[in-house]
Amino acid sequence: MFTYFLYGAAGGLLLLSFTKDKQKTFMVLKKAWRSFENILPQFLCILLIIGMMLSVLDADAISHLLGRESGVLGMAIAAVFGSITLIPGFVAFPLAASLLKAGAGYGQITMFITTLMMVGIVTLPVEMKFFGRRTTIKRNLFAFIYAVCVSLIIGGVIG
Amino acid sequence: MRKIWMLIQRYRFFLILFAVNILLLFAAPEIGKNSFTVTKENFLEMISILPPIFVLLGLLDVWVERETMMKYMGKDAGIKGAVIAFIMGSAAAGPLYVSFPIAGMLLKKGVNLKNVFIFVGAWSTTKIPMILFEASNLGWRYMLLRLVCNVIGIAAIAVILEKSTPDAERDAIYEMAKDQ
Repeated sequence: MFTYFLYGAAGGLLLLSFTKDKQKTFMVLKKAWRSFENILPQFLCILLIIGMMLSVLDADAISHLLGRESGVLGMAIAAVFGSITLIPGFVAFPLAASLLKAGAGYGQITMFITTLMMVGIVTLPVEMKFFGRRTTIKRNLFAFIYAVCVSLIIGGVIG
Repeated sequence: MRKIWMLIQRYRFFLILFAVNILLLFAAPEIGKNSFTVTKENFLEMISILPPIFVLLGLLDVWVERETMMKYMGKDAGIKGAVIAFIMGSAAAGPLYVSFPIAGMLLKKGVNLKNVFIFVGAWSTTKIPMILFEASNLGWRYMLLRLVCNVIGIAAIAVILEKSTPDAERDAIYEMAKDQ
């Protein structure tokens, strides 16, 4: 749905741009292509790495590792998986729900979800291209610390 | 010939990974096949959302003046800029790494670091379709509690990141953004 909205907005605005200034619209498309091509090699690498990772660590493997663990060790495993792997939310939330059923606590799954979304080791090279090495590492580190805090809070309140 | 060589140079990591995946196909057919399937699905998903995003980026770059962006989301925009950044990030679609080129464009247009990091943070966790999906899977109580924590956490991370970045490094980041 949001994708259609994006296409609608991009198409409509591009048309508006074209009626106002053809030259500028040509420049818009050139810039769009250039920034896309600029990042394409990294994106393709990420896609392949995710593909290989998810084929080894599928939902069963993760729930096997996380479901039976509890407490601090479970948290640690959740943090490691969440930080390295990148799983889209549409896979992550059902997975988290099934992890809960398999015996994982709210703390662990919150750790897993939060690091999954905010911390990305595989995507570090892309992030560095825009924020530089130090700021990128700092952002991921802070996000990781935040993940620990929020999973302790949610684990305490709901768990 | 030189051009092809440069292309190979640019895509060398991709080519290496691709070769590894093909080797995997022979060494462990099940995993190798699975891997290509996942990659193909993700690629199709990505390629369907990227064109409008990059066209919008191009439009923003050509039509919106740096001064305008700075007025709404720059250093002196105050809380208004932070709110706009939050809404922009939450209305997004796609994985987090897609947000980085957009963040680069915001930097190019003079948006301050704090608001750029709020945008990235919102993109990572408070996307609206994701939130609804989270509630349906894990319950409204869980979703709301996490959402409240996330809004506070994203703002805190953005403020700390901005405050802890030395001037020289901040300038270097903006310098990098100019080349995008």
